[in-house]
Amino acid sequence: MAIKIVERRPLSFAEKTYLPQIIAGLKVTWDNLVKPPVTLQYPDERPVIPNGYRGVPTLVRDPHGREKCVSCQLCEFVCPPKAIRITPGEILETEDNNHVEKAPKEFDIDMLRCIYCGLCQEVCPEEAIWLQGQYSMTGKTREEMVNNKEKLYELGGTLPDSHYKWDKKKAEAERQQHGNH
Amino acid sequence: MIEQILNDLVLSPAWYYTAARGLTVIVILMSIAAYSVLLERKASAWIQGRVGPNRTNHPLIAWIPFFGNVLTRGGFIQPAADGLKFLFKEDALPGHVRKTFYVLAPCIALAPVLISLVMLPFGELPSGQIITLCPGADIGVLFIFAISSLGVYGIALAGWAANSKYPFLGAIRGSAQLISYELAMGLSVLTVFLATATPEQNNALSLVSMVKAQTGAWNILYHPVAALIFLICVFAEANRHPFDMPESETDLVGGFHTEYGAFKFGLFFVAEYSHMIIGSSLFILMFLGGWHVLPWLPNVGTGIVATLIGLGSFFFKLAAFLFFFVWVRWTVPRFRYDQVMRIGWRVLLPVAVVNLLVYFIWYALKG
Repeated sequence: MAIKIVERRPLSFAEKTYLPQIIAGLKVTWDNLVKPPVTLQYPDERPVIPNGYRGVPTLVRDPHGREKCVSCQLCEFVCPPKAIRITPGEILETEDNNHVEKAPKEFDIDMLRCIYCGLCQEVCPEEAIWLQGQYSMTGKTREEMVNNKEKLYELGGTLPDSHYKWDKKKAEAERQQHGNH
Repeated sequence: MIEQILNDLVLSPAWYYTAARGLTVIVILMSIAAYSVLLERKASAWIQGRVGPNRTNHPLIAWIPFFGNVLTRGGFIQPAADGLKFLFKEDALPGHVRKTFYVLAPCIALAPVLISLVMLPFGELPSGQIITLCPGADIGVLFIFAISSLGVYGIALAGWAANSKYPFLGAIRGSAQLISYELAMGLSVLTVFLATATPEQNNALSLVSMVKAQTGAWNILYHPVAALIFLICVFAEANRHPFDMPESETDLVGGFHTEYGAFKFGLFFVAEYSHMIIGSSLFILMFLGGWHVLPWLPNVGTGIVATLIGLGSFFFKLAAFLFFFVWVRWTVPRFRYDQVMRIGWRVLLPVAVVNLLVYFIWYALKG
């Protein structure tokens, strides 16, 4: 490696007086002073949330309106602060997608415990739980800070699905049943 | 005899007149100090890309269309809120302090500033009378130098009375700083005396005659070095950045006022800003032509209009100077303690002496 020797020159007289530097500094601060402020007047103005922001965890439906969670409880087990509590339930025979077999009866996320780590989203085999753009959770009581299933779906909404895993499974099962006959 | 004193002091209308004038000037000084705090907060916010105080208002004032909104956005009600906060906070007296001196210190910090105010002239009436609290005093500058330096006793006393290490260090720094710049300050002003003290002018130390000597060129044009030294010393005198040794909030918590809170802290705060106002007024009167509008253009208009424009130009210069104080504060980092000593003793003092000698010789040769 080539060595470049940088000359260490002593301070010039002008530099020793500090004055040129102070004047240059005053110019820098003046330039900043005349620039418009960068402050966001928060409660009045809201920030633009970028895609992929990891805010409050929510539950989502697929574009057909089917709830994607199959209450496997992996998120409950992986959750480091134990914020998630799921009560599994069955899907009735009469329902359209009863081949999925299970759905959460109750799904609570305690936002006082949640640390927004995103492990639930990472571990979910169904891509049912997502940390989305909601960044401000407030409540006046501890109970208000627990998101129940209804609230979670309301916050989550519908996300696009590229797999339609359970539709494919249903079609496959029907095809095989057909082949057996 | 008691009747005599009573007649002279209490019952004479002149006494009330003087008191009213004094109160007026104190109220003006206090409100300028309060609004320079606002200026400080606003300008620092602008420099840092922020907005600054823009919420405080009273519903009754905010209700006025447009004007109320401007007052809110500009933070113009903020000083009142700050003042009221200081007034209504619990005035705690820590258990470990030396109580008498602890209470006395803020008063001693503020009093010299208010006293030195009496010597400041602000403008000239059409009759030629000077707008000041103490007309005819011919020792203006000397008096202000003597009195306003006493402000450091407030700092020293606060640091000692607080009985705690950081205030103590702040007080020591404050007093060490005082002696290192005070000499240079006095010497730099001597050149201006030389210019003013012509044989026919016998009260050269009066600020009024200094201003009157600047109807042509302002002194800053004839004495740039003296002006620079005096400017630096004014920063040190007012304990402002880059010379805020007694405070040094990054290394000394709050410096000399660490143990103070509520209204006593507010008094120190007002004292600092009043020091700034007195210092800038002195600089304006001695180097920037006082109430003269522009160099070679002392007056605009005639009669009372000229007086008002003169007053306006004085207060405009004062506001610009206060802004300069704030601007420098948010630009230049604090000098180290030993650097302040070095600047004071090894740079400012020799330069001031040489400057004075050069002007001595110049005036001697000129005759």
